Amino acid sequence: MSSFTPVSALLGGLLIGAGASWLLLSLGRIAGISGVVGALPFSRRMEFAWRALFLLGLVTGAGLLYRYGSTFGVQAPLSRIDFPAWELIVSGLLVGYGTTLGSGCTSGHGVCGLARRSPRSLVATVIFLLTGIATASVLRHWLENWP
Amino acid sequence: MNPDEASPLERALLAAFGAGLVFGAGLALSAMTHPEKVLGFLDLSGHWDPSLLLVLGGATGIAGIAFPLILRRKTPLLMADFDLPSATRIDRRLIFGALLFGLGWGISGYCPGPAVALLAALPGSGREALLFLPALLIGSWIGRWSTRASKARSAVQRIDANLLDRGDL
Repeated sequence: MSSFTPVSALLGGLLIGAGASWLLLSLGRIAGISGVVGALPFSRRMEFAWRALFLLGLVTGAGLLYRYGSTFGVQAPLSRIDFPAWELIVSGLLVGYGTTLGSGCTSGHGVCGLARRSPRSLVATVIFLLTGIATASVLRHWLENWP
Repeated sequence: MNPDEASPLERALLAAFGAGLVFGAGLALSAMTHPEKVLGFLDLSGHWDPSLLLVLGGATGIAGIAFPLILRRKTPLLMADFDLPSATRIDRRLIFGALLFGLGWGISGYCPGPAVALLAALPGSGREALLFLPALLIGSWIGRWSTRASKARSAVQRIDANLLDRGDL
């Protein structure tokens, strides 16, 4: 259960869009996290270095907010102790495999792809939003209420 | 480090770090690094939280204005060329991949960005990081391997078909 936080959501979204725009303007690269993570071990030299530094920046940026952002209501996420381990593993495999097969995730297709007006990204975004909604709704509510 | 004295390589890497810094701060501020917040949006059956729509709207909104302006340039500021996706076909791989990603996303509430940000919340996020991140990498490697294998297969089939047409086989 979470409550609607319109101000931090919009401001955070603007920062995400600004970070992606800055990467495109300075390096000409797309800030798609699944692509950056997936390609990192197979990249060499400059293509490896910018990906590693971008990810290091991402972790640092989130870490700074966890450390100093309590005035804006930011808290570090804690592990959900009662969340089934096998669900986390299956979910990780599906997210890794699906984003590689579909060439992008929420950032690559959802933010950068839509910003480029890519029809492929629009199709992908609609599909993963709808299947994400269907999966979470079924798993978290209807299955629980089965006899 | 004084930016004026930095080499082109150092400037590019500093820019990449800065972009990641802003991106990661946005993820944390919007609480998209909290899987329960994401699931609060994806799960329509409970107390629905529309925050994720504003995050996506804000990010896509500003990038949607900036990207076309940036892409009017011939080159980016610090590298030789833009490196943009070239695929335009809406094929089965795209649809099936997005479908499986949505399925995985709906189970745990993690997409790749927030999963990477788990590393910033160690050791408290240790259990989720230890279970989710290796699975994400393994899934991604299987995807790379199978995509490459199927691309190689269809390339061989194309060559075979061409040779057949020419009567060489």
